[in-house]
Amino acid sequence: MYKILKKELLSPKVWLYDIEAPQIAKKAQPGQFLIVRTDEEGERIPLTIADFDRAKGTVSIVFQEVGAGTEVLGQLNEGDDILDVVAPLGKKTHIEKGMGTVVCIGGGIGVAPIYPIARGMHQVGNKVISIMGAKNKEILILEKQMRAVSDEVLVTTDDGSYGIKGFVTNALQQIIDRGEKIDEVIAIGPVVMMRSVVEATRPYKIKTVVSLNPIMVDGTGMCGGCRVQVGDEIKFACVDGPEFDGHLVDFKGLMSRQRMYKDMEKIESDHVCKLSTVKGEL
Amino acid sequence: MALVMKKHAMPEQDPQVRAHNFNEVALGYDRETAIAEASRCLNCPKPRCVQGCPVQVKIPNFIAKVKSGDFADAIGIIKESNALPAVCGRVCPQENQCEKYCVMGVRGEPVGIGRLERFAADYDLKKPHEIKPIKYAADTQKVAVVGSGPAGLSAAGELAKKGYKVTVFEALHKAGGVLSYGIPEFRLPKEKIVQVEIANLKKLGVEIRLDTVIGKLYTVDELMQEEGFAAVFVSTGAGLPSFMHIPGENLNGVYSANEFLTRCNLMKAYKFPEYHTPLKVGKTVAVVGGGNVAMDAARTSLRLGAEHVYIVYRRSEKELPARLEEVHHAKDEGIDFKLLNNPVEVIGDENGNVKALRCIKMQLGEPDASGRRRPIPIEGSEFELPVETVVVAIGQGPNPLVQSTTPDMHTNKRGNIVADEATGATTKAGVFAGGDIVTGAATVILAMGAGKKAAQAIDEYLKKKA
Ligand SMILES: Cc1cc2nc3c(=O)[nH]c(=O)nc-3n(C[C@H](O)[C@H](O)[C@H](O)COP(=O)(O)OP(=O)(O)OC[C@H]3O[C@@H](n4cnc5c(N)ncnc54)[C@H](O)[C@@H]3O)c2cc1C
Ligand SMILES: Cc1cc2nc3c(=O)[nH]c(=O)nc-3n(C[C@H](O)[C@H](O)[C@H](O)COP(=O)(O)OP(=O)(O)OC[C@H]3O[C@@H](n4cnc5c(N)ncnc54)[C@H](O)[C@@H]3O)c2cc1C
Ligand code: SF4
Ligand code: SF4
Ligand code: FES
Repeated sequence: MYKILKKELLSPKVWLYDIEAPQIAKKAQPGQFLIVRTDEEGERIPLTIADFDRAKGTVSIVFQEVGAGTEVLGQLNEGDDILDVVAPLGKKTHIEKGMGTVVCIGGGIGVAPIYPIARGMHQVGNKVISIMGAKNKEILILEKQMRAVSDEVLVTTDDGSYGIKGFVTNALQQIIDRGEKIDEVIAIGPVVMMRSVVEATRPYKIKTVVSLNPIMVDGTGMCGGCRVQVGDEIKFACVDGPEFDGHLVDFKGLMSRQRMYKDMEKIESDHVCKLSTVKGEL
Repeated sequence: MALVMKKHAMPEQDPQVRAHNFNEVALGYDRETAIAEASRCLNCPKPRCVQGCPVQVKIPNFIAKVKSGDFADAIGIIKESNALPAVCGRVCPQENQCEKYCVMGVRGEPVGIGRLERFAADYDLKKPHEIKPIKYAADTQKVAVVGSGPAGLSAAGELAKKGYKVTVFEALHKAGGVLSYGIPEFRLPKEKIVQVEIANLKKLGVEIRLDTVIGKLYTVDELMQEEGFAAVFVSTGAGLPSFMHIPGENLNGVYSANEFLTRCNLMKAYKFPEYHTPLKVGKTVAVVGGGNVAMDAARTSLRLGAEHVYIVYRRSEKELPARLEEVHHAKDEGIDFKLLNNPVEVIGDENGNVKALRCIKMQLGEPDASGRRRPIPIEGSEFELPVETVVVAIGQGPNPLVQSTTPDMHTNKRGNIVADEATGATTKAGVFAGGDIVTGAATVILAMGAGKKAAQAIDEYLKKKA
């Protein structure tokens, strides 16, 4: 059992939890993820390790309520236990001294997983330019934290309510156009965003790393459900990734596979809704 | 007394009914039938059957006890050699093992050894047992077991009985390995059998730590150097699914058998939406492969509502590696065997969903390295099988997580751990290995046998070291 020590609402339907898990905190590295299960009937839900505190023995997750599983997770409170936490899964981000200028792009709730990467890059002395994108100012998360670990931060909002109006790619283009020599771009966010970033850097041959989130079951390389086409190889995102060279990823295939259970998610969500109303009435 | 040449039939659920539920198919002998079947055994002074059993169960001795109605004695004899008889009685490929060698099989049918083993084990499971926890001395040595499949469970049980403090580390949220996530409920009931065996181990004092991926949360070196384990037994199984590497394999509706069966067995997708993990099964399903895994996936598809299920296998019926009983059961349930056919492409519709499996017909040529006749494609014989779901059940390899983080434990070309056949000793001192991770995908009883041998060797190793 893993106790929730802190619960904080970052923006509507987006939660940050600090979870007590000393051994995981000891081993976690930027770029890795965990899998939680809230109850006996629940799904295994993969979530990025958004932060870890080795001294306190905690790991943090930031998640958005998008369906039945994440809704149940969102109903837990401080002091409650999470039934299962499996971690650290996946490969860590490649971070080392002397990588030069790194642009860290987080879109929407993707800012959460990009944060420990930006911090790691900054700690070893690389120049970190961060781009944070959100639909509007209200739902922008972790701005203060990102500023603390970046040499420069650019914010974009779709509606122009804050920062640059437009998408993260607009900000990226500005950086490229001003002649900044970029050595690597790391982008985490919705698949469409990552795909746009990859297309934006392709003409300039800038190395671009993306973190993929296909549907997963075990997270240990056992089921193959998370497979994605990368170049001419089939990779399992949970063990070979989740980060890959964005210029080689088959985004079309990834998006198609993510839609696999759309119709069943609706049935499940209705079922869980009914259950929680029943529970509420009791 | 005249010899009864045929095995007593085991009652089973009607094929029409069982194809739509997940209850166990074979129902087991009752007392009278068990005694009658036991009476067919000739109690041979030099029993050939025993040679066919990988763990040398004293077959004539236990059968004699069944015959005389001393069922408690019967199970006692079996358990001297086999820690999981309720499992093995159900899933051993008896026709290739004990029963293959039974003299009764020369002129008639062999004695139903597996069915009698199952009978004795089920009799025992129904009785309440008091299991006393082992009392450990303060300086008891700790042994780690990685993986909770049959190899790990049997090693843990043996080591605990030898007085070691055993911790089993399991990556998934449930123990049991393939017994829990692979073999379906209708062949091996989970709560009634698998979980009871695991609970008994816990009562004995074995600690089981779920959700713990070795190679990630701890490496083998960390277990030994930081966590205080004097020896480690690695039994991580053959969990890496193979794909066919043909066009269209990434389409929606193509599953590895591991994913398909895990969603159904471990995540209980057959109870969706009460359990939240979905599993999509089309009206027509093609399962590729001919082993137990393929039969399980095909019969699971039927139970999840598929109307027509094909087995697509590139050799002929004679070469099907599955247990004979499963092939019979599959046929009775209406599975359509497309033998001597090999998939060449999965075809999708405009939304990226599977709509057909393109196959080519095969013929058998000269025997290959495995001694079976090599299947050769017949040119120009391609055809399309319209299906909405494809399950790939063509084998599993070793998962590299532990090996890749334990450099001084050597592996062979295929990635299996190199281990001494008699002891399970690996190239790394204090680390032993056994089961599918060493042999490649094999059987429950072989995995258990390996776990038992390694426990013995670990005991000797630790005593010598002390
Ligand atoms: C490596 C990885 C890291 C992730 N990190 C985060 C994170 O830090 N924060 C966050 O909010 N989300 C993250 N996700 C996505 C998150 O796992 C899904 O949102 C969640 O599983 C949805 O479950 P649900 O039951 O609430 O919704 P559902 O109703 O089941 O599905 C809603 C959406 O989520 C997708 N989805 C469903 N199940 C899975 C699954 N098992 N794996 C991946 N996607 C799935 C569906 O395709 C659908 O688009 C991550 C996913 C992966 C694979
Ligand atoms: C669908 C199916 C049907 C089968 N039917 C039969 C049958 O009828 N008869 C028969 O005799 N055999 C059958 N087999 C084969 C048999 O189940 C296996 O040979 C046997 O289970 C192997 O046992 P094992 O202990 O070596 O490994 P497994 O049972 O595979 O167990 C390995 C365990 O280790 C865990 N693990 C893996 N990596 C790690 C890690 N890094 N850290 C922690 N834990 C880890 C896994 O999660 C798993 O629980 C079948 C197999 C399948 C898949
Ligand atoms: S363990 Fe398997 S092979 Fe041995 S006697 Fe029992 S059923 Fe036969
Ligand atoms: S060979 Fe057959 S008849 Fe002889 S002891 Fe074994 S089971 Fe009985
Ligand atoms: S989630 Fe099962 S192999 Fe990646």
